[in-house]
Amino acid sequence: MKKALKRRNLGKVFIYIAMFGLVAFTALPLIYVVSTAFKPMDELFVYPPKFFVRKPTLQNFSELLIALSGSIVPFTRYVFNSIFTVSLTVIITVIIASQGAFALVKYKLPGRDWIFSMILAALMFSPHVTQIPNYMVVSSLGMINTYWALIIPKLAAAFNFFLMKQFIEQYPDELLESGRMDGAKEWTLFWKIVMPSLMPAWSTLIVFTFISNWNDSFSPLIFINSEAMKTLPLALNTISGGGSVARAGAVSAAVFIITIPTIIIFTLMQSKVMETMVHSGIKA
Amino acid sequence: MGSIIDITKEKNAVQTKARWKHKLKVWWNRYGIGYSFLAPYLILFALFYIIPVIVVIGISLTNYNIIQNPKWLGIANYRLLFTDDDVFLISLRNTAVFSLISGPFGYIMSFMAAWVINQLKFRKGFALAFYAPSITSSIAMSVVWMWFFASDRYGMINNILINFGIIHEPVLWNLNPNTILPVVIFISIWMSMGTGFLVFLAGFQNISKELYEAAAIDGIKSKFQELWLITMPLMKPQLLLGAINSIVNSLSVFDVAKTVGGMPSPNYAAHTIVAHLYDYAFIRFQMGYASAVAVVLFLITFILGRICMKVFSSKDIY
Repeated sequence: MKKALKRRNLGKVFIYIAMFGLVAFTALPLIYVVSTAFKPMDELFVYPPKFFVRKPTLQNFSELLIALSGSIVPFTRYVFNSIFTVSLTVIITVIIASQGAFALVKYKLPGRDWIFSMILAALMFSPHVTQIPNYMVVSSLGMINTYWALIIPKLAAAFNFFLMKQFIEQYPDELLESGRMDGAKEWTLFWKIVMPSLMPAWSTLIVFTFISNWNDSFSPLIFINSEAMKTLPLALNTISGGGSVARAGAVSAAVFIITIPTIIIFTLMQSKVMETMVHSGIKA
Repeated sequence: MGSIIDITKEKNAVQTKARWKHKLKVWWNRYGIGYSFLAPYLILFALFYIIPVIVVIGISLTNYNIIQNPKWLGIANYRLLFTDDDVFLISLRNTAVFSLISGPFGYIMSFMAAWVINQLKFRKGFALAFYAPSITSSIAMSVVWMWFFASDRYGMINNILINFGIIHEPVLWNLNPNTILPVVIFISIWMSMGTGFLVFLAGFQNISKELYEAAAIDGIKSKFQELWLITMPLMKPQLLLGAINSIVNSLSVFDVAKTVGGMPSPNYAAHTIVAHLYDYAFIRFQMGYASAVAVVLFLITFILGRICMKVFSSKDIY
């Protein structure tokens, strides 16, 4: 009995060690991002290369702001472009996906199975497939090189609708009925009663929409060709100037600024996301 | 005789019209508000997701350069693609090699990690550390990995390998056609291990403890037996979503390949299907030909997705 217990504990220790190893592999490059962003110039080019920063400094960030302020597009402009387009996308997509999924489930609309199977099908192909027709639509609407090109084609993401629909299916009809008894209009019913209780679901949509659009570089690559309208991922190419050594400090600061926001927003919302993802499987 | 029939016909027509009007009104009262809630999403979804699939198939049968009207070609684009375009065949092979390694590996790793992490203390912390790479910008993180894989002695990986005496000269990771694709695969695995992870972790948390207790009484002995016989069948919906995500993600590899190998990459070693699509559509503006590439990508992902739906069908358990 004792022996078995001992073996079990040994197994546990082994699993913890293995998991720490795996987590080190996933986390170390991210720790390196943080460490490098605060390295002074001489530490960036020391040989042999050092993993951790010795004398942390904000020099790289000021270089990023000052060195680029002389060029046509200051770094703050890229930051603004990213924040503006991503925020607008997040707000609109959350609203239309929530009210759409709510209507599809709770009003028992005719054709809903058909509509939902289309949305499931859309999960199954890469967004690159539709880029050519999307480009034609965007360009015929005169939206090339505008913020709208980065926003409108992204609004109807299938995964958002899918996740919201799965979550709303758990929402009890009785709450709606009692709201209607009190004489609430459908619109107020939705905003005052339904939306607050869907909070975990739309928090999750905020997280996922923010992450995927913040990181997206394909849409700006095809819809944007003016430097002033580029978002952060593409700006990285401009900043690094095709890999010139002089900009190494600015690049490491920019990488930090691009990488950290998604991790922070996920960390803040982690428990809401887990609560929603419980309903995320596809029952086929 | 004829006039009587005409009159009844007219009467009927008026009646049906009125009936239709009435039906429409009832229908509108019942569903109008619902459809108007759904409309904004549905219109955008149709415009940017469904209609484009039909349009892209149409364009792929033509010669179209955006400026002039499309010219009908039939299946000529496809014939060219598969018989004469060596670069496309290279991209197809690269994407296949990439997907066959990084897809299953990332999928299995994220499933096993979710299984183990679900049973550990500090679950939240482990989950965050494991998931974090998959929510980072692939362009930014490719830049970071290229610091590690730098082709000179300053590159940390070259440095370590030289110190251990495994190599004597620095490896030209992103310049040598033989090492480009392995580096792309390595970075992508690092980034994609988290893809299905959250779905799996949530799935594990959702399975009730009593089920395991009952199973233990019924004679399930090891953890692995439990995983295979109890957990896996209940996890089919999550396994399906994870599989579809992983197929779509790995077949549309582009960012990492472009950042590591450049475009075009040496010997097209990092040329992928999406790279080929991007090249023809948005650099050469040969939309017809590029659409044929898009249709091939569509068919591959869609068929694999359908197969997954069959494999992970959960009809038998619900």
